[in-house]
Amino acid sequence: MSERVAVRKTYKLFIGGKFPRSESGRSYLVQDSNVSLASRKDARDAVVAARAAVQGWAGATAYNRGQILYRVAEMLEGRREQFVALGVPGDEVDAATDRWVWYAGWSDKLPQVYGGANPVAGPYFNLSAPEPTGVVAVVAPEAPALLGLVSVIAPAIVTGNTVVVAASPAAPLAAVTLAEVLATSDLPGGVVNILTGRLAETVPTLAAHMDVNAIDLTGVTDPELAADLEGRAAENLKRVLRPAAHDWSADPGLGRMTWLLETKTVWHPKGL
Amino acid sequence: MFEYAPAPESRSVVDIKPSYGLFVDGTFVDPADGGSFKSINPASEEVLSEIAEGGAQDVDRAVRAARKAYDKVWGPMPGRDRAKYLYRIARIVQERSRELAVLETLDNGKPIKESRDVDLPLVAAHFFYYAGWADKLGHAGFGPAPKPLGVAAQVIPWNFPLLMLAWKIAPALAAGNTVVLKPAETTPLTALLFAEICQQADLPAGVVNIVTGAGDTGRALVEHPGVDKVAFTGSTEVGRAIARAVAGSRKKLTLELGGKAANIVFDDAPVDQAVEGIVNGIFFNQGHVCCAGSRLLVQESVAETVLESLKRRMAQLRVGDPLDKNTDVGAINSAAQLARIKELSDAGAAEGAQRWSPPCELPERGFWFAPTIFTGVTQAHRIAREEIFGPVLSVLTFRTPAEAVEKANNTPYGLSAGIWTEKGSRILWTADRLRAGVVWANTFNKFDPTSPFGGYKESGYGREGGRHGLEAYLNV
Amino acid sequence: MTATATSARSDLSELGRSETALRAFLHGLPGVDQVGAEQRAAQLGTRSIKTTAKAQAIDLAIRMVDLTTLEGADTPGKVRALAAKALRPDPADPSCPHVGAVCVYPSMVPYAAEVLRGSAGSGRPSDGPGPTNGAAPAGPGGVHLASVATAFPSGQAPLEVKLADTRAAVEAGADEIDMVINRGAFLAGRYGEVYDEIVAIKEACGGADAGRQGRPRAHLKVILETGELATYDNVRRVSWLAMLAGGDFIKTSTGKVPVAATLPVTLVMLEAVRDFRTATGRQVGVKPAGGIRTTKDAIKYLVMVNETVGPDWLDPDWFRFGASSLLNDLLMQRTKLKTGVYAGPDYFTLD
Repeated sequence: MSERVAVRKTYKLFIGGKFPRSESGRSYLVQDSNVSLASRKDARDAVVAARAAVQGWAGATAYNRGQILYRVAEMLEGRREQFVALGVPGDEVDAATDRWVWYAGWSDKLPQVYGGANPVAGPYFNLSAPEPTGVVAVVAPEAPALLGLVSVIAPAIVTGNTVVVAASPAAPLAAVTLAEVLATSDLPGGVVNILTGRLAETVPTLAAHMDVNAIDLTGVTDPELAADLEGRAAENLKRVLRPAAHDWSADPGLGRMTWLLETKTVWHPKGL
Repeated sequence: MFEYAPAPESRSVVDIKPSYGLFVDGTFVDPADGGSFKSINPASEEVLSEIAEGGAQDVDRAVRAARKAYDKVWGPMPGRDRAKYLYRIARIVQERSRELAVLETLDNGKPIKESRDVDLPLVAAHFFYYAGWADKLGHAGFGPAPKPLGVAAQVIPWNFPLLMLAWKIAPALAAGNTVVLKPAETTPLTALLFAEICQQADLPAGVVNIVTGAGDTGRALVEHPGVDKVAFTGSTEVGRAIARAVAGSRKKLTLELGGKAANIVFDDAPVDQAVEGIVNGIFFNQGHVCCAGSRLLVQESVAETVLESLKRRMAQLRVGDPLDKNTDVGAINSAAQLARIKELSDAGAAEGAQRWSPPCELPERGFWFAPTIFTGVTQAHRIAREEIFGPVLSVLTFRTPAEAVEKANNTPYGLSAGIWTEKGSRILWTADRLRAGVVWANTFNKFDPTSPFGGYKESGYGREGGRHGLEAYLNV
Repeated sequence: MTATATSARSDLSELGRSETALRAFLHGLPGVDQVGAEQRAAQLGTRSIKTTAKAQAIDLAIRMVDLTTLEGADTPGKVRALAAKALRPDPADPSCPHVGAVCVYPSMVPYAAEVLRGSAGSGRPSDGPGPTNGAAPAGPGGVHLASVATAFPSGQAPLEVKLADTRAAVEAGADEIDMVINRGAFLAGRYGEVYDEIVAIKEACGGADAGRQGRPRAHLKVILETGELATYDNVRRVSWLAMLAGGDFIKTSTGKVPVAATLPVTLVMLEAVRDFRTATGRQVGVKPAGGIRTTKDAIKYLVMVNETVGPDWLDPDWFRFGASSLLNDLLMQRTKLKTGVYAGPDYFTLD
């Protein structure tokens, strides 16, 4: 009896909740699989999808975002073996799932920790509350493939931002598989968009894009490229997170969430 | 007619020296290359003093002094002692506030009633507020023992010279940093008097350094490799250049840049207070305010009434001698700024908007611009898109709340916004949707040291004021 | 406001006929933000009025004083002395103007009239329609005679009693009646009742009623007693109510409750008379009363009048101060300006 012929998976991009091929029609080989080689045009499409998703996602209740993110963790847990089969160590998958749960819980707590009433010297109600900055471009770290990816995506979206992620060119399979998790988790289309391919092709486009509000350069290892990207980002004064050494297993703290927040302060007189 | 007689504040309370050096390492020094420039009174074009122009060498000297003070004195000093120095400064500012107010008005052109009743009280309050943080940083929510960054390079604008200095220096020092500050070239005098206050407070040498000069001095400071932190308040254009300049470096950057705030008046607004808010929003400080409500968005159904009231109120504005206690609108800060205001206003007229100013006599000497409104403005006009930074209001109308929000947000800026309506739920609905760092509902242009201030989008990043303001000066 | 700005005068005159229309109108007026109104008032209070402007303001303020005594202990002698002072506030200086009016209880009107007009009742502006708004023409001495009526200060008496009170005061020679509104009815939302009462008192003043031609005619100041109205929204509404009902002046206070005239309350009332004139063409006067004791206070009010409603109201016919001790402070400051020396209270009469 002959062995069953496996159904292979095509690893495509994840844009606006859909899995399109690169509009350029190109792909490259990773671990014997064809992976889409995203173009500048794909990057632009991803930004459009991310922008379109901002209003709904940022406008959703914090409770709702927390529920959806927790659902993502449930799906992640259920696909543990799939990631293991790609070569992600089991305990990394567990850590990534736990991290996702940790961030999910912040959706309705961060505004309390990070904002609040200000005791101004006058008859005014004055309240500062954090709001998402908008569309965030993220260059994911190469390793750890899944934990690193989760650790840059979850803190960005939990507060209501939407992201365009440039997956590590060397580790795109975990990214596309995570996209499949996200696609089955009630996460609205466009909140997370994932591009695979060469960083040099997509990231400068994202860094210069005038409709992107922030860029996370964590996955950029070349300091010159990082400086160049930061310079491009200055054009519309994007918030920039520079590359830095990370211990991904450590307590992440609030920084990865708060740098993507805008503080809005509202004043109102108190009177009869 | 009830004519008010002149009521000038005496300028004899302040002693302006004929020339000033740079304040480096606790003393006033001459610049290495001996260059200087003049600071003038924009209300009379009278030269007030000759100011040293700091070059790259001077900047280097100041940064080294700041580094030494950081390493040896200010960094190791317990927070409670840093606090006491800041409290001292706050107190001296209060004691010398009249002198500082007069000097600010002379150098900047703003009305004495504003420097006296707004700028100076806020300056003292800012130092007083951050003084209290210096020994409580572990409770600020940035971890148990947050560390300062080191040497902060601070470049500030001319619109609120001493207040912007306070916004920069107070949190930096409270957090344990030392600073090199460059005041704007048209308004260096209160910063130099502040240097004397630092001496009077026995602040250790090198903790605060003031390097005067123009754009080149600022560039040298921002680009100096010995700097750990750059804080800038000014135009978006310069902010962009600074963001490029620090790209790839370790320098932490906060920017407080331009704005084109919408002041939205709904049909159920408290009209008389809304009109006051519109006037305060755009004519406060001659409109030299980054968060000025320079776009009035008024609901079409009440536009006529609101504009009538606004014009009637504008006719009451007293433009003239900034030292006169009854002056509401003072001098434009510089010839260059006046030229920019004129250029944009002329563009507004050329693009077909209707221009109106109340009859008002402007002094012959000095830089003056009458309070002006443009009606019939659309989002496509330059005067609705570009920051004028002067007493010029663009009036647009809207039909529905959604349209108001859409127009308000239709700008690359996002610093501030105003909402006028008696309906609470509408305020909250609108405030939620405005992409702006400060939203004033049924009020405008209110500031407080406890209240974070700063922009979305191209209005910059980071917040000044409040607990949030510490973050810019801590390694978090 | 839009409604009033575009309505014809006749539209507004109909409002009083229907409680519903009156309520809809008053509640349709734009709101007043307390903090903003108080800040505006405080800002105007920082104006620095010096030298010539101050001298001008002091003389104007003296002419605007309703020199008032409203005590249970008032006697004919006290009132005569007050009236004499009203005519010649500074006997040592003939250039000092007389005050706007004397304000007394109805029973004291004849004694004031004696002094102001030579004898009770004579010199009354009894014939001709006179000006339609603001203050009536004064007696030969130029000083008006005002009397509080309508069961001052509480207003808690039957309407018939209030009307009788009013008629008696007018008969005795008052050419200005300061009535109190029924605050209880206003706060209970019975706007029509408040309106009707003002209309009735206006008629008792010998107002626009053609059937009473030849009767003495007094102008009506309506006391809102703003200290009992709780909010500036109410102050604005009741201001309009009083104007719609025909009041010639709106007045802040009786002086008999803890909170009397304040700058912000006066600001709201000035805005109301300004908007009312825009809407109807009719100008109504404003009288802050109670608690204004110093020249500095008075000048703040004049600045507010100047910058809120303009020179049209900077006249004793359109703006008055209800005060007693204010006059002496104005006189002291006036002397100081003239002589350069600070005066003392011993040099001014106590009446």
